[in-house]
Amino acid sequence: MSPKPLHELGVAELGRALADKAVSSREATQQLLARVTAHDTGLGAFLHVDMAAALAAADAADARRAAGEQGALLGVPLAHKDIFVTQDMPTTAGSKMLDGYQSPFDATVVARLKAAGTVSLGKLNCDEFAMGSANENSAYKPVANPWDAARVPGGSSGGSAAAVAARLVPAATGTDTGGSIRQPASFTGITGIKPTYGVCSRYGMIAFASSLDQAGPMARSAEDCALLLSAMSGFDERDATSVQQPAQDFHAQMLAAREGATAAQPLKGLRIGLPKEFFPAGLSADVAKAVREGLAQLEKLGATLVDVSLPRTELAIPVYYIIAPAEASSNLSRFDGVKFGHRAAEYSDLLDMYKKTRAQGFGAEVKRRIMIGTYVLSHGYYDAYYLQAQKLRRMIADDFQQAFAHCDLIAGPVAPSVAWKAGEQGDDPVKAYLADIFTLPGSLAGLPGMSVPVGFGEGGMPVGLQLLGNYFKEGQLLHTAHALQQATDWHQQAPAGY
Amino acid sequence: MALTPQDVSRIANLARLELAESEQAALLGQLNGFFSIVEQMSAVDTSGVEPLYTPLSAVQEVHLRLREDRVTETDQRALNQRSAPAVEDGLFLVPKVIE
Repeated sequence: MSPKPLHELGVAELGRALADKAVSSREATQQLLARVTAHDTGLGAFLHVDMAAALAAADAADARRAAGEQGALLGVPLAHKDIFVTQDMPTTAGSKMLDGYQSPFDATVVARLKAAGTVSLGKLNCDEFAMGSANENSAYKPVANPWDAARVPGGSSGGSAAAVAARLVPAATGTDTGGSIRQPASFTGITGIKPTYGVCSRYGMIAFASSLDQAGPMARSAEDCALLLSAMSGFDERDATSVQQPAQDFHAQMLAAREGATAAQPLKGLRIGLPKEFFPAGLSADVAKAVREGLAQLEKLGATLVDVSLPRTELAIPVYYIIAPAEASSNLSRFDGVKFGHRAAEYSDLLDMYKKTRAQGFGAEVKRRIMIGTYVLSHGYYDAYYLQAQKLRRMIADDFQQAFAHCDLIAGPVAPSVAWKAGEQGDDPVKAYLADIFTLPGSLAGLPGMSVPVGFGEGGMPVGLQLLGNYFKEGQLLHTAHALQQATDWHQQAPAGY
Repeated sequence: MALTPQDVSRIANLARLELAESEQAALLGQLNGFFSIVEQMSAVDTSGVEPLYTPLSAVQEVHLRLREDRVTETDQRALNQRSAPAVEDGLFLVPKVIE
C-alpha cells in the first residue's frame, strides 16, 4: 500500500500503484465511492452515481491488468461532466429538458476513456447546457466550492472542478466554450487544459456553440492532464470539425526537454508574452499578486517575460456573447418535445406544444441566450450583429498571431477575481459575462489554454495562471505547467476537510 | 436603439418560447442591458475583413470532409426512441397537424 491515502493520489501516481499491484482498481473505486457518499451531499458535484457499474468496470480493469495489459489509465477512476452522453447512465446537461434522458451511444471522449480502462463513477453537475460561469444555472442543484462552501466553484464545469478539488476523483472531463474548463479550475485550485479547437471530438458532447466547444481534462497536475488528453483526443470521423492528425502522446511532449534547457532552468529560452490588456486596473490585487508570483517562478525556471498586446480583449465579450448564443439558439432548436426530452403535458396544437415544452424545459439563462441568438440571426439584424461579430473574431485571432511573433506562450490571469460568493451576481447576467474577459479571446481564436494553480488570494481562495499557446502547442503548455509544478507545490494544496 | 416589448414577443415567437408576462419584462431589461455592451462592436471598421466562422481557418485552409457514401450505421430504432415522449409502432407521435 502506498503511504499516501488513496484519494490523494493523482492519475499518474494511481496508475503506477495499479501497475505495481499495490492497489486494485476495485479498492480504489470503492474508496472513492465511499468519499463521494461521505462528501457529496454538501458539495453537489454529482448528478448521478452508479456504484454497481463503477465496481463492474473496476473489476474488468483489474482483469485486464491480470491478463498482462498495461496502460497509464487502466483502472483509474474518474467522472464525466454531464454534457457528455453516456449509454449506461442518464445524461441531463444540467437541464430539466433532458431529465431521464438515456443516450443510445457514448460520446467519443467517453468511449475512448472507457477503452483506455478508466472507471466512471458517475456524471458531474454543470451549468444548464454549459451556459454559466458559477454552476448556479444547473436545473438540479448548485455546486459548492470545496475551499469555501459559501462560494461558487466556477462554471460551467463546476461539478468536475469541485469533485477533483475535493479529492472525490483524481480527474474529470470538462468542456470549455468560453472558459468553462479554465475558470472553474482556477476557482478550485486544480489544473485544466482546453486543447486547440478540433483536437478532441465533439461527437456526443451536447452542443452549445459548435464553433467554440472543446472537451478537455481537469485534474490535479499537468502530468495527469497530459495522460488524459492523450487518451481523449485524436481524429474522429463522426465530428466534421475534428482535426485530421495522428494521435499524440502529450505525456512524452510534456517530458521532452527544450533545446538549451538545463536541470535548473528547464524553461531556458521560453518567451512568455504578457498582454497588457490582461492586467487592467480592474484586476483584483490578490489575483494580480498570485499571478505575478507564478510568473516570477517561471522566470526563475529560465523563461523570459515580454510585453505584448491583444488590443481587442474587451471586444471579445460582446463578440463571444453574440456568436455563442447565435450558435446555441440554432443547436437548441432540436429540443422540441418530439424525439427526446421533456414534452409539456397540455397544449392546444403543435406550435403550442413546442412553445410550452421549451418554456418549461429551459431555465432562465438558456432562454436569455436563445433570445439573444434568435434576435442577432433574425432578418435585418444579421449583418449588424452576427456578421460583424464574426469579422471581429477574425481580428481577435489575428491579434494573437501578431503577439505570437514575439513570444511562445501568452500568460495572464484566468479571471479578474477569486471565486465569488453564491448569489452575489444577483439578477444581472451582464455582470457575469464581463468576468469572462480573459478566457473569451483564446476561445474565439480556438487556441489551447490552461489554468495552473499559482497560490491563494482573498479568503484563502485559489488563483489560477492562464497559459495560452499557439495552435496545436498543447505539448508546450503542458511542458511549461509541468516544470512549474515540479518546482512549486501550489497544485498539491488540498482544501481543509478534504 | 433599444428593444421594445413587441420586439421581445416577436423574438420569443421566432424562438418558439412561451414567456410569462413577468419573464418578458425581465428579459426586456436584461436584453437591453446586454445590447448596451454590444454597441462598441459597431464602432470598429471591419470593411474588407473576412468573417471567421471556424477558428482554424485563421491560420490554415479548412476543407469540409465528405464521407464515403455507404451504410455505416445499423438499425437502432428502438434505442433511438427510448427517450421519446410519445412513440407508436416505431413512429414519433405529434399533435395532429393536418385536418
